[in-house]
Amino acid sequence: MTSPAREYTSVTRVAGPLMAVSGVGDAAYGEVVEVRLPDGERRMGQVLESRLDLAIVQVFGGTRDLDTEVTSVRFTGEPLRMAVSPEILGRVFDGTGVPADGGGAVIPEEVRDISGASINPTARDYPQDCIETGISAIDGMNTLVRGQKLPIFSGAGLPHSRLAAQIARQARVLGDSEEFAIVFGAMGITSEESRFFMGEFEETGALEHAVIFANLADDPAIERIVTPQCALAAAEYLAFSRGMHVLVILQDITAYCEALREVSAAREEVPARRGYPGYMYTDLASIFERAGRIKGKKGSITQLPIISMPDDDITHPVPDLTGYITEGQIVLSRDLHRKSVYPPIDVLPSLSRLMAGGIGKGKTRDDHGPVSDQLYAAYARGRRLESLVAVIGEEGFTPIDRLYLDFAARFEREFIGQNEKEGRTIAESLDLAWQLLSSFPDEELKRIDPTLIAAHVRRGAR
Amino acid sequence: MSGRIVRITGPVIEADGMRGGRMYEVVRAGNAALIGEIIGLSEETATIQVYEDTTGIAPGEPVERTGASLSVELGPGLLGTVYDGIQRPLEVIRDEFGDFIIRGASLPALDRERRHEFTPQAEIGGAAAPGTLIGTVPEGRFTHAVLVPPGTDGTFLRVSPPGNYTVEEEVACVRTAGGEDLIVSMLQRWPVRTARPIREKMAPSEPLITGQRVIDSFFPMTKGGAAAVPGPFGAGKTVVQHQLAKWSDADIIVYVGCGERGNELADVLRQFPALDDPRTGEPLMGRTVLIGNTSNMPVAAREASVYTGITIAEYYRDMGYDVALMADSTSRWAEALREISGRLEEMPGEHGYPAYLASRLAEFYERAGRVRVLGPTEKTGSVSVIGAVSPPGGDFSEPVTQNTLRIVKVFWALDADLAHERHFPAINWLQSYSLYLDAVRGWWEEHGGPEWDRARKDMMSVLQKESELEEIVNLVGSDVLPEEDKLALLVAGIIRESFLIQYAFDPVDTYCPPQKQYLMMRLIHDYADAGRAAVGRGASSAQVGALPVTGRLSRLGSVPTTEFPTFFGELERRMEEEFGTLGGGRP
Repeated sequence: MTSPAREYTSVTRVAGPLMAVSGVGDAAYGEVVEVRLPDGERRMGQVLESRLDLAIVQVFGGTRDLDTEVTSVRFTGEPLRMAVSPEILGRVFDGTGVPADGGGAVIPEEVRDISGASINPTARDYPQDCIETGISAIDGMNTLVRGQKLPIFSGAGLPHSRLAAQIARQARVLGDSEEFAIVFGAMGITSEESRFFMGEFEETGALEHAVIFANLADDPAIERIVTPQCALAAAEYLAFSRGMHVLVILQDITAYCEALREVSAAREEVPARRGYPGYMYTDLASIFERAGRIKGKKGSITQLPIISMPDDDITHPVPDLTGYITEGQIVLSRDLHRKSVYPPIDVLPSLSRLMAGGIGKGKTRDDHGPVSDQLYAAYARGRRLESLVAVIGEEGFTPIDRLYLDFAARFEREFIGQNEKEGRTIAESLDLAWQLLSSFPDEELKRIDPTLIAAHVRRGAR
Repeated sequence: MSGRIVRITGPVIEADGMRGGRMYEVVRAGNAALIGEIIGLSEETATIQVYEDTTGIAPGEPVERTGASLSVELGPGLLGTVYDGIQRPLEVIRDEFGDFIIRGASLPALDRERRHEFTPQAEIGGAAAPGTLIGTVPEGRFTHAVLVPPGTDGTFLRVSPPGNYTVEEEVACVRTAGGEDLIVSMLQRWPVRTARPIREKMAPSEPLITGQRVIDSFFPMTKGGAAAVPGPFGAGKTVVQHQLAKWSDADIIVYVGCGERGNELADVLRQFPALDDPRTGEPLMGRTVLIGNTSNMPVAAREASVYTGITIAEYYRDMGYDVALMADSTSRWAEALREISGRLEEMPGEHGYPAYLASRLAEFYERAGRVRVLGPTEKTGSVSVIGAVSPPGGDFSEPVTQNTLRIVKVFWALDADLAHERHFPAINWLQSYSLYLDAVRGWWEEHGGPEWDRARKDMMSVLQKESELEEIVNLVGSDVLPEEDKLALLVAGIIRESFLIQYAFDPVDTYCPPQKQYLMMRLIHDYADAGRAAVGRGASSAQVGALPVTGRLSRLGSVPTTEFPTFFGELERRMEEEFGTLGGGRP
């Protein structure tokens, strides 16, 4: 895209976040435009559809105060780009990548197209470096690895922000002191939530390793459409040009999808489920698939997107499509939250697809996989029995059943539950698991090899 | 042969000046010469889906017609290669253009420089009908048959002598009845949306052995069959597909990663070269063709990827091989159809999918089958298709799942609850079915043993009984059940834990050969029989459960295959002894 800038004043139609500019013959798809309002204010936009005599443009910052007479539109001939250099660390940008902290413009070392390009699948290095987050429910049973995309599925009022901040604070790779960075992309979150993260980063000294893109709840919704791309362009620069290990937190993907739906509705597109556009899977994939590692490169991008499930419904299109793209999910539970368990991670629907490659002998411990499987099986059975207590009463249970009931309760309290400031090593989490499992007779531990049981269970306090 | 772009909206563009263009003709669009395909015509104007990102393309840029339909290149050198959805060689592209895929990167699918050792088999002057063997080329451990392509018919005017040839060099020349001389090389092109011709379809008769117990023993698949694996996310669709790609006893595997994760493909690329085929001891990669169009790669190429894959599968079938194709996931392919259909502003059917979804799915699955191939010698080959389906919210009533079930004969229903308990493979034994049981029974009785059918039916009925009893247990607890029902629950537990659960990551359990499956079934079946007899004699189910042999039945899958017959004999003896002590001694 190298065509020169052209200016038009022929805005013919404005609807929702979109405007139509007529008489434009050569607007390139995806080209950036600059809109000058009657009062001189400037906004940015991007071409969504181009015809021989018409361009349809989405206006970041909204279409308020646009008119069809004076408003002028300059087609820049450029795709959306962002200037990056090492000095973006510690900076705050708005949702479209413009500095918002009063500091000057970034002196570019590189200028990156924010939409990036797909990593050639044959260039990907399979992620297998386990990240210790210090949280038992994650490390023990849903291990996170470098280069993974592992979303947190949450609901209104659940402590997902605290959990994400705790992970950002505690995450480390065993025996490793390489350079790390945090990229935080905020989409439609409140200023209070944003302040919480900023405070966290400041308190732990992480701010100087962080790049923040903030589109808050009262910022124009349409700008959110490019926020994740900006955040990931910065992350790709840090990871693949500067060799850093980057943790990208994106909150809230649901707000992003709603902005997508808004644009789609304004374009009168055929909707798929619940009014969301049919291309939402592809669109989300273009965000999440930017996590990963590349062979022969030092850095990595690990994504921790936060998705709030409307009405805690995991089958809602946003969490549903996300789950099909990401490598697992951490699901927060309102029930556990009510029981005052922090972090309220419901391990049963949670999953880390890359766990098997990151754990085991030589990486964490040889008992890691079997112990995790056994915890799942035992907790699932305990939970099933719990739902029967009200119907048949505790007397109806066999002694073994009662062991499972007790196990489920202790597991929630002692294994899942932990202090917000408490970081447990993986070994500590696994030892704790053995302690809980040792309440069962050995024959019940069907998922664990007897030799492992012999080696470990005796160590736990029976 | 060129037109002009008049409209761009995402992956769909419109061009005028396209009179004479044909449906599904390939074009090069814009100054960047992006690959596209005509999917609609209206007088001068063509609607084109573009296989690459269209950012930066502007109206007025040219569109060049190529005169050809979207085709794949077929010939020696396909095995072990990784392609994208329109058969661009990803490894070569990486060497040439770097770690990220850039637009307009266009490279031939088959290496033009590489020489293949050709041994002629045809006689000059002999008949050259489609499917006639011209010569052979070794491709890894396979014999790659160079055949007269469909549409070429006559007599051999020339056949090249033994030697090393590139794929473009002549290996034969055929004079047609009309007196035309056609040069044949090892490289053939075939349009992906057209099924390659065959003599006739035959009924599947042999199981596709996958080494997965719940599949082979409970819901078997056949060579030439079609199966669907639907399941919500996290239920293990991809692990099932990977397991099948690794262990199934087809000769050649075509794995289509259609709109799925990049890291999954990286995982296949990491594992397959290191894993050996259990039957031949050769690396798995040597029998595999990978088509990887990950979710963030262009959506139109995703739509094409399943056709690219099945055309390659048909090509090897025509040489007489058994080929299995895994498509993960057909839902992503259907969504690509929906996305393109939406951009065309077509009237949507159910859930926004186009009205032709069902017919497209049927067309695709119908390309599976066991067939008599073209050619003068009697040969059969097969293409088996296993499609993963990703229903939104795990709801099987959605259009892609339902339309798929109308066509396929095998249904492996993945269950989120089983996955949550880490019961893998999470194939629900009450919901799943296979319509090939009658077709494979004979094979199993010959290669497994005579008790196969009886043991299988007994296990299924115990599991069915368990689900009925569960409702009662949930209301009143298990204490009130009669002893035989308690025994059924005990046996059902053993079937689930020892037989149905199979550890994909355990080096032994990951592949369970049919003979071992049969012996495992026998053990559990004999245990159940002995248990029922003991309860009949007055023993309690708790006594049965307390026998040491009960514990020995857990983790059967991890017992090494070579030791299994001995282990089996010993356990059968133990069973006889221990059950003899129950319920007042031997009857």
